[in-house]
Amino acid sequence: MHQSILVFRNYLYLKWALLVVAVAIGLYVLHDPAYGVANGGTWLGYGLGTIGALLIVWLMWFGIRKRRYGAASLSVEDWLSAHVYLGLALIFVATLHTGFQFGWNVHTLAYALMIFVIGSGVFGLVAYLRVPDLMTRNRGGATLDQILQDIAELDAQCRDMAMSLGDKINQIVLHAAEDTVIGGSFRQQLSGRDADCPTIAANRQLQDLAASASTAQSENLRGLIALMARKEELVRRARRDVRYKALLDVWLYIHVPISFALLAALATHIVAVFFYW
Amino acid sequence: MGEHFKVAIVGSGPGGLSAAGHAAVTGVSHVLLEQTDHLSDTIYKYQKGKLVMATPDILPLRSDMSFAMGIREDILQTWDDEAAKHVVNVRYKAEVTAISGSKGDFTLTLGNGDTLTCEFVIFAIGLQGNLRKMGVEGEDREWIQYQLDDPDEYADETIVVVGAGDAAIENAVALSKQNNVVIVNRRDEFARAKQGNNSLITAAIEKGELECLYSASPLRVEDDGIILKTPQGETKVACNRVIARLGAIPPRKFVESCGIEFPSDDPAALPELSGEYESNVPGLYIIGALAGYPLIKQAMNQGYEVVEYIQGNHVKPADEPLLEEKFRNLPGNPPVDEVIAHIQDSVPLLAGLTTLQLREFLIDSDVHTPTKGDIVFERNDYTNSFFSIVDGGVDIQVNPDDPSVTVGLGQGAFFGEMGLLSGRRRTATVLASQPSLLIETPRRTMIKLINSVEAVKRVMDEVAVGRQIQTYIAPGIPMEELEELIHAVQVEEFDQGDVLFREGDAGDCLYLIQRGSVTVSREIGGKESVISYVAAGNYVGEMALISNAPRSATIKAAVPVEALRLDGEKFQQLMERNPSVRELMEEKYRGRMLENIESTKQPQAGGIIQFLVEQGLGEATDVLLIDEALCVRCDNCEKACAETHFGQSRLNREAGPTYESIHVPTSCRHCEHPHCMVDCPPDALRRNPNGEVYVSDSCIGCGNCERNCPYGVIHMAAPQPKKPGLLQWLLFGRGPGPGQPDAEWLAAHGKGGAKKAVKCDMCKDIEGGASCVRACPTGAALRVNPSEFFKIVSQGR
Ligand SMILES: Cc1cc2nc3c(=O)[nH]c(=O)nc-3n(C[C@H](O)[C@H](O)[C@H](O)COP(=O)(O)OP(=O)(O)OC[C@H]3O[C@@H](n4cnc5c(N)ncnc54)[C@H](O)[C@@H]3O)c2cc1C
Ligand code: HEM
Ligand code: HEM
Ligand code: SF4
Ligand code: SF4
Repeated sequence: MHQSILVFRNYLYLKWALLVVAVAIGLYVLHDPAYGVANGGTWLGYGLGTIGALLIVWLMWFGIRKRRYGAASLSVEDWLSAHVYLGLALIFVATLHTGFQFGWNVHTLAYALMIFVIGSGVFGLVAYLRVPDLMTRNRGGATLDQILQDIAELDAQCRDMAMSLGDKINQIVLHAAEDTVIGGSFRQQLSGRDADCPTIAANRQLQDLAASASTAQSENLRGLIALMARKEELVRRARRDVRYKALLDVWLYIHVPISFALLAALATHIVAVFFYW
Repeated sequence: MGEHFKVAIVGSGPGGLSAAGHAAVTGVSHVLLEQTDHLSDTIYKYQKGKLVMATPDILPLRSDMSFAMGIREDILQTWDDEAAKHVVNVRYKAEVTAISGSKGDFTLTLGNGDTLTCEFVIFAIGLQGNLRKMGVEGEDREWIQYQLDDPDEYADETIVVVGAGDAAIENAVALSKQNNVVIVNRRDEFARAKQGNNSLITAAIEKGELECLYSASPLRVEDDGIILKTPQGETKVACNRVIARLGAIPPRKFVESCGIEFPSDDPAALPELSGEYESNVPGLYIIGALAGYPLIKQAMNQGYEVVEYIQGNHVKPADEPLLEEKFRNLPGNPPVDEVIAHIQDSVPLLAGLTTLQLREFLIDSDVHTPTKGDIVFERNDYTNSFFSIVDGGVDIQVNPDDPSVTVGLGQGAFFGEMGLLSGRRRTATVLASQPSLLIETPRRTMIKLINSVEAVKRVMDEVAVGRQIQTYIAPGIPMEELEELIHAVQVEEFDQGDVLFREGDAGDCLYLIQRGSVTVSREIGGKESVISYVAAGNYVGEMALISNAPRSATIKAAVPVEALRLDGEKFQQLMERNPSVRELMEEKYRGRMLENIESTKQPQAGGIIQFLVEQGLGEATDVLLIDEALCVRCDNCEKACAETHFGQSRLNREAGPTYESIHVPTSCRHCEHPHCMVDCPPDALRRNPNGEVYVSDSCIGCGNCERNCPYGVIHMAAPQPKKPGLLQWLLFGRGPGPGQPDAEWLAAHGKGGAKKAVKCDMCKDIEGGASCVRACPTGAALRVNPSEFFKIVSQGR
């Protein structure tokens, strides 16, 4: 219906970012370091370093701006579009700043953290662009709550139906109703599956039973299997929904804390180069 | 024969009680008849601990009973004490069922068969009416109730809820948390309820939280349960309690049975009263809410005044200072009576009003004294007030492209009626052509007046028809030229879903939509598909008239519609005489042809329009939509709304239906004719020039609007305190975080207290506009005007 953050304002912020990148590369090419190698200690190094540090502070400021609800300045969409493009431009600025001088030190730690934050940002961006549509289609117009309600109702129906089918089947159905977990641990949420899901197991067991049962019995079982299959479908759907939501959230738990670590490492780096260089 | 009194006062609400108090203090023989066993039942029934407001502030209180803003319990206590102190002669459980006789000798019959006589009757029974009972044997047992204050009071009971309206649904669902609930619905679905409640109850039934008996109705009540008639025959449901929520019987029937006449059948019509509150039955007076004064203070003042009038003292009404204040800026500072007389002489539209009606009209209105060139309102403003010209005159800029083309209106004329009728933006800019005296009347007052005074309605309709035709169909054509066409116009009303005309019908007329909106659909591949949407202020049906072919599409009312039916032949004659009209039509015709061709290329658009119309967008002016293909479900929109509005989000992102990837969250649509405005006692719901429907500070928290909004977007809530700043939270952890509710405060203030209506105001006071949209990181949230949006959809842009 309308545009994603990438196309936003006809790529306005991409243009800005490209400008920043072009300037950084241009200067890098033009400049002729005194001792033959480019590094953070030259005028260019200081310049690019400063731009990089300012960019990082500005990128982090987004967390604040996002929560300044009702602020009259640009919309959050503007901010995010700029955040993404300028965040990516930072790779060029910072890398050129280092003059490709890496080592086992706090400077490179800062650089590595930065790359990590950017990487998680790219993950998030891809998630933001792809997941909403998948999620919408998976839900088919219902909300997660509604799906869960439907599942609870199917459980009740299954249990009613199992009543007359003997202990063993009752056990299976009860286990499926009571021990099926949607969500669960973070890893389960992200995977969207449950290797030993009682509902899926119940479905298989019931089918096996039906195959080996007498005709009259399997007749009775068929209804139950149909319900259980429907439930399995819904359970999978609900898990997928949880998974999508987790995908939309998970990377921020990396993106933000590592940003803070980056800020600390960066501060150390700057202090370090001024005092001990 | 029963006792005899000088005055009998029926109903002990603020109006009746104040009248009785004044009668007692001045030594008039009186009786106060109240059908319940306590005073002032309407206020008695307010929610516990409700803060009762004493609006309007500037109106002085004139009564022997005291009243100021305070808690319901305190006010009722004070009134009980004062009634005892003044020795008010009150009779409880005395429902008046009939009034006969005439001035000086009335006979009142009570519910238990007693009668009493009196010289004067004061009618103060309010508007609440009587709760409708089940009408079956045993309906009055003590475990049967017709209202419910607090569902949490009941636990572990089997409760039968009878009814299928909003109240029944809300009660049943709330009770089902702790009880075993059976809801009895006379029909086979919950169609009468709001959409939100409908899905609430259907979900609860599906989940098995409560049981529903459809097509069932009560037959009689026995000692331990209720007997129902169901399609399967009689069934008994054993239960501990029956709660029947069947609505109220409005008091109008009873009032009419006493001989009092109403000017029209419209529910908004008020009985016609003299300047001293006397009805068409001499000796029978009406005050309070029933007389059209919906606030407590007004009712109390009238109680005092009416007793004075009965004793022959022609005191000035207590609202005199309000009028004095309004007229203060008039040159020469004339007395109120003089101004009123002058208005009545100058404005023919208002000539038929009684003094009382005119006073009320003026109290609600504003007086303006613009000088030459001052702008009264501008084209595309969203104001919906009505203007009368008492002195001077105005110029109307009818041509948007050329402000020098104007039509003048002089003394006695009125304008602004088109916005009132269509609920849409102003169609022209109006400025004063000389120093003038204008009266601006709010929409609600005008609607009340139109429905209460036949002559006002007639004159308004006549003028409005001509002006609409001139504005929308034949710009620049003088009124005389249109006369013949106008005379043949019929105003037709259509309900939602009604067909104005069908594809293939012969085209013999043109419809100008005066109010509401319609969808245009065509049969494509054997299926009816919506191809576009037409809003008020536009016409449909011109294609058949121009091409002399059968109708090329079906037109259906998207919401209740009022349309002007223009005779086809007369219209064709007009086009022959005036090529400019013909040209305009042909231009529109070509535009629509193109549109039709475009829309067949956008087959999915019809589905979207159809869906959105079903969601009520046909009456919306501005609606929040969410593109689910972009929405990352971060709820930042809701957080932004709460943060900018005292901690209460006025939108619910997740709730509401979705079609393809368009989601309609639960949020105000700023309707053309807002349902929420209908019953607001202090007229607190207003529309801003930009179109926002908002709740002003004068809200008294009665909850009527919450019930009346069909989209469930108004809530009653108390404002949460201001939070410490963002950095304080970030650095020192002070206060609740951004987007989080103030849990501590909620725990302390959650229930009761000074709740007021809260709803979306489109952030009218926030620079930059709607916070929800601006807070959406991915641009998924957007606010749209439906007719523009529909155009975009059907043109596939
Ligand atoms: C929820 C709610 C909140 C409100 N909050 C406020 C507020 O904060 N401030 C404010 O100013 N206004 C408020 N109002 C409006 C206010 O309640 C009314 O304007 C006011 O009560 C009208 O007074 P009344 O005397 O005309 O009639 P009512 O107060 O309605 O009194 C009518 C009385 O007549 C009795 N009666 C009816 N029929 C008969 C009969 N046949 N025989 C004998 N007795 C009969 C009834 O039992 C009742 O006691 C609120 C209204 C509601 C519904
Ligand atoms: C105000 C900002 C900055 C200043 C003043 C600054 C300064 C310097 C200086 C002087 C050097 C040369 C050190 C040396 O040769 O030993 C350097 C190197 C480096 N800087 Fe920065 N810098 C800044 C910002 C950044 C940023 C934002 C990053 C990336 C996150 C970064 C990463 C590095 C790295 C990886 C090196 C190479 C370290 C090495 O030589 O081993 N710097 N910086
Ligand atoms: C070093 C560089 C970066 C820093 C320091 C940084 C920092 C931040 C911060 C602090 C937030 C706010 C999170 C919150 O409060 O919810 C954020 C959000 C975000 N960032 Fe970054 N970011 C960087 C680079 C990037 C890049 C390169 C991308 C994408 C390519 C990106 C994508 C995002 C996205 C999609 C969000 C979430 C927006 C939202 O949901 O509101 N970031 N970032
Ligand atoms: S509150 Fe409800 S009735 Fe009022 S304008 Fe909004 S959607 Fe319409
Ligand atoms: S805004 Fe709503 S709650 Fe407030 S007074 Fe009006 S109708 Fe009652």
